[in-house]
Amino acid sequence: MVKVRTQDLLDQFKLELIAGKDGVHREIFMSEISRPGIEMTGYFKYYPKDRLQLLGKTELSYYFDLESSERTDRALRLCTDITPGIVITRGLEVPEELVNACNESGVPLLRSPFKTTRVISRLTNFLEAKFAPFTAVHGVLVDIYGIGVLITGQSGVGKSETALELVKRGHRLVADDSVEIRQEDYDRLIGTSPPLIEHLLEIRGLGIINVMTLFGAGSVRSYKKISLIINLESWDQKREYDRLGLEEETLKIIDVDVPKITLPVRPGRNLAVIIEVAAMNFRLKRMGVNAAEEFSERLTTMIKQEKTGLETKVDLDIDID
Amino acid sequence: MKEQKFTITDETGIHARPATLLVNKAGQYESQVELHYNGKAVNLKSIMGVMSLGVPKGAEITITVEGTDEEQALEGIADTIREQLGE
Repeated sequence: MVKVRTQDLLDQFKLELIAGKDGVHREIFMSEISRPGIEMTGYFKYYPKDRLQLLGKTELSYYFDLESSERTDRALRLCTDITPGIVITRGLEVPEELVNACNESGVPLLRSPFKTTRVISRLTNFLEAKFAPFTAVHGVLVDIYGIGVLITGQSGVGKSETALELVKRGHRLVADDSVEIRQEDYDRLIGTSPPLIEHLLEIRGLGIINVMTLFGAGSVRSYKKISLIINLESWDQKREYDRLGLEEETLKIIDVDVPKITLPVRPGRNLAVIIEVAAMNFRLKRMGVNAAEEFSERLTTMIKQEKTGLETKVDLDIDID
Repeated sequence: MKEQKFTITDETGIHARPATLLVNKAGQYESQVELHYNGKAVNLKSIMGVMSLGVPKGAEITITVEGTDEEQALEGIADTIREQLGE
């Protein structure tokens, strides 16, 4: 699990460190941000002291209306020993009592020139991405016609070779062999390459090749949402493979169910073309065109006609204009 | 499933060449072999996966093996590690 420290916020955003610089290495444990409004009135019973605190115009104008003794009291109680930081938005004036309390307790006091809502959304996005559930999968991730396709399968089945042919056909490589996946939101899986092996592809017999220098900047991307999994496996005579495409198999990665297709590998089968078509067909299905279902409906209608034809004894050979 | 911990003592860590030896060894067995380091797990049969971890000297790694020939596999891999990389 990655550690997020207040220093990371300073590095990432246009924030000014006003006080409490001893505490910039404090760790942030959650992505939620607290706006201590009710706490300003002196009610600290449910004060989420381990979260990042945000003071906007409302909180601060109330604060400035308080008596001097109350201001000192609130400032001291806001700055606990585990509070990772207090952010003041809109570039507002910083109360002296708060500066003192932050310096004493070592709670970093930061100021942003932007509006509160914007600061909240940017901080939340940053923190959520950092705290997102994470896993690594053995496979190859390729962007095919805008669909993120994760190709999995036993070692040596031909994942990298297939990826190479896909790149040659103009698709883009995201990661080879090891794909780092993080879950964003509740239903998005984002795959990236480990930094060390970005743009590289290992082809047995050739060794490591650099796809970007070989095929150009258009042949790679740094991250991609995973929409489809294609599992390659050696052709097994006894196993039954999907012949119709009516059922949709899924595989769970972290908390997300991803549609999965199992492709049997056999010499003479052009996998790159099949995977390309699988990606296109997947896109078509999402647009509402499902060849398998349409065919199935056609068949149902035909069988029904056939049945009524039999019952009413209509000669079906007669052409009807 | 079998697992064993190792400490890398080789000066360069798991660099490209020793990684290749390890991956080739793992590839000789039927079992699923994984290398765990720093909270990440990679397939030991995949060279890029192993190298992507950038395992340095002094690192503690765990090898897990699962499958029909897990005992021989772990033994073989352990031998390779001891010869090339660490203990």
